[in-house]
Amino acid sequence: MSILLDASTRVIVQGITGREGGFHTEQMQELGTKVVAGTSPGRGGTAHLGVPVFNTVADAVKATGANASGIFVPAPFAADAIMEAAAAGITLIVCITEGIPIQDMIRVKDFLRGYPGARLIGANCPGLITPGQAKIGIIPQRITRPGQVGLVSRSGTLTYEVASALSAAGMGQSTIVGIGGDPVLGLTFRDVVELFEKDPETTHLVLIGEIGGSDEEHAAELLARGSRLKAVAFISGRTAPEGKRMGHAGAIISGNRGTARSKEEAFQKAGVAVAETTDDIVGMLR
Amino acid sequence: MKLLEYQAKEVLASLGITIPPGVVARNPDEAATAFAKLGPIAVKAQVPVGGRGKAGGIKLARSEDEARRAAEQIIGMDIKGFKVPLVYCEAALDIAREIYVGFTVDRDARANVLLLSAKGGMDIEQVAEESPEAIARLHPNPWRGPLDFELAQVAYEAGLGELARPLAALVKKLYRAIPDYDALTAEINPLVVTRAGDVIAGDAKLEVDDNAAWRHRDLEERYGSLLEGDPYEVEAKKRGLTYVSLDGDIGIIGNGAGLCMGTLDLVQRAGGKPANFCDIGGGAKAEVVENALAVILMNPKVKGVLINVFGGITRGDEVAKGVVTARDNLKMRLPLVVRMSGTREEEGRKILKENGIEPGVSGWEAAQKIVELTRAGVGR
Repeated sequence: MSILLDASTRVIVQGITGREGGFHTEQMQELGTKVVAGTSPGRGGTAHLGVPVFNTVADAVKATGANASGIFVPAPFAADAIMEAAAAGITLIVCITEGIPIQDMIRVKDFLRGYPGARLIGANCPGLITPGQAKIGIIPQRITRPGQVGLVSRSGTLTYEVASALSAAGMGQSTIVGIGGDPVLGLTFRDVVELFEKDPETTHLVLIGEIGGSDEEHAAELLARGSRLKAVAFISGRTAPEGKRMGHAGAIISGNRGTARSKEEAFQKAGVAVAETTDDIVGMLR
Repeated sequence: MKLLEYQAKEVLASLGITIPPGVVARNPDEAATAFAKLGPIAVKAQVPVGGRGKAGGIKLARSEDEARRAAEQIIGMDIKGFKVPLVYCEAALDIAREIYVGFTVDRDARANVLLLSAKGGMDIEQVAEESPEAIARLHPNPWRGPLDFELAQVAYEAGLGELARPLAALVKKLYRAIPDYDALTAEINPLVVTRAGDVIAGDAKLEVDDNAAWRHRDLEERYGSLLEGDPYEVEAKKRGLTYVSLDGDIGIIGNGAGLCMGTLDLVQRAGGKPANFCDIGGGAKAEVVENALAVILMNPKVKGVLINVFGGITRGDEVAKGVVTARDNLKMRLPLVVRMSGTREEEGRKILKENGIEPGVSGWEAAQKIVELTRAGVGR
């Protein structure tokens, strides 16, 4: 079992003819992901990496019945690509692109309210992988193995670090979800924890957070209500200096939340073990 | 990009917001001239950081001499790490009351939020902590902006009902900074109501989203070169890197903010002090790694460099080639520990080994190694 994605998910790649889009589509195919189409405006009717290319997501969905999309288009076009996917009926939208303007993402979030069935992961994230079955994004499959640990992370590279250590220790993963590090993003820690909670095959949970925002605190509040998952959390940035902030508005909004200490305390209060370094996670999860 | 006060005010004026008459002065003579033109003035340090008043960066001048002296004292002053390049001389206002108004991004709500309070002035953060109900909030629809009735509601909620109409007009203009300039923060504190009843921006803070810089080349051209700060941060920005200066002596390069911060944590845990935070991001190519190393080596305090890269979109062979080329081009002799794994890591490690750089195994081991090498003073 898994969450969000498995071998039957029908995936399209938006920006399949680009350098990164192409490279990672091949990796996704190598794992066995059912990549059914790609989109690239102006290239409709051609084929790339063995799948048909369409001008629009709507065309691709109509022709292939795709229900998920990986987005690899450049930042100036990424927000539009997310909305295009939602409007075409895609229910799992994974946006890898980094550097999308925050105001674009705020408008995207508002737009997505009109499509309650659509789930967005990212942007600026490594995507997700259900080991041995399928992936959308850039998480290297050889560091993963099928199993029962649910892994959710705001960081890309730290996720690989932890997945790699878990796999080496024989602790496979049900699904790994990189939710992305941008201030305005799709699924949150809390959303993903809720999904893992409902997945009977997931027995353990690893959360990798960062300073800033209060998504970790919100997930901790949920876990504090009781969880069947054995969980370990790690927060990076505990020694990072406070940002050279300007104006007061940000501080008024965030108050004391957002620091590594606030997040670690929230998890401890929820009965979740907090790891000091990523190297400690495996031992604490056993 | 955080604009200086006078720059932010130019932008607000272009949106139709009233600002006091003011002149930029780069030396005491220009400040004296400003007094001759404007009469009593506030001489204000121009730095992209809050707390200028408390740091002595704002002085009132009632004569040419006072204006000259104020400029002399303030220009060149260090305020929270920023050397003051110039002052803004602004006509003193006849203040009846001070209001706080600002837009910022509310991360939790994934939306912009308008904050309005009758308690304007310097201690708004304290107001937020002690009496949060004194700050009224609105999350405007991001496609159409705030509506009149919404703004009236917020004004009444903030206890500013009698000013509801002029405030609504002002807030709508301020809101334009979001769609027109990709503002992340657009704040007027204080918003001054004069005895004559005019509503004037007493101060202004504007931060625009660097991710949207391609939409606002004009802002960058007009103001970018003036934003002096840490020289390494300025250089890094020119080279398109995410870089933050710190106090220590170990240079850090990583890919991804999380891994970078995690690496800082590991180096400090190993007893070392990071000199910087440098995130080369996803898709990092050889050229980017070389750029990062070049910026770090500009800092004479740096005694060693730790590169921690776990590849997803970043390919190990590209990183390794970049490290080797950069080291050779820059004639680097300081200790260098490279910890790398992920996509094409075997190729990457092979390239490093062939060129005499030993790849580290885990992040923690690599951190201990670089701390040990810098302590020993290798290469110095």
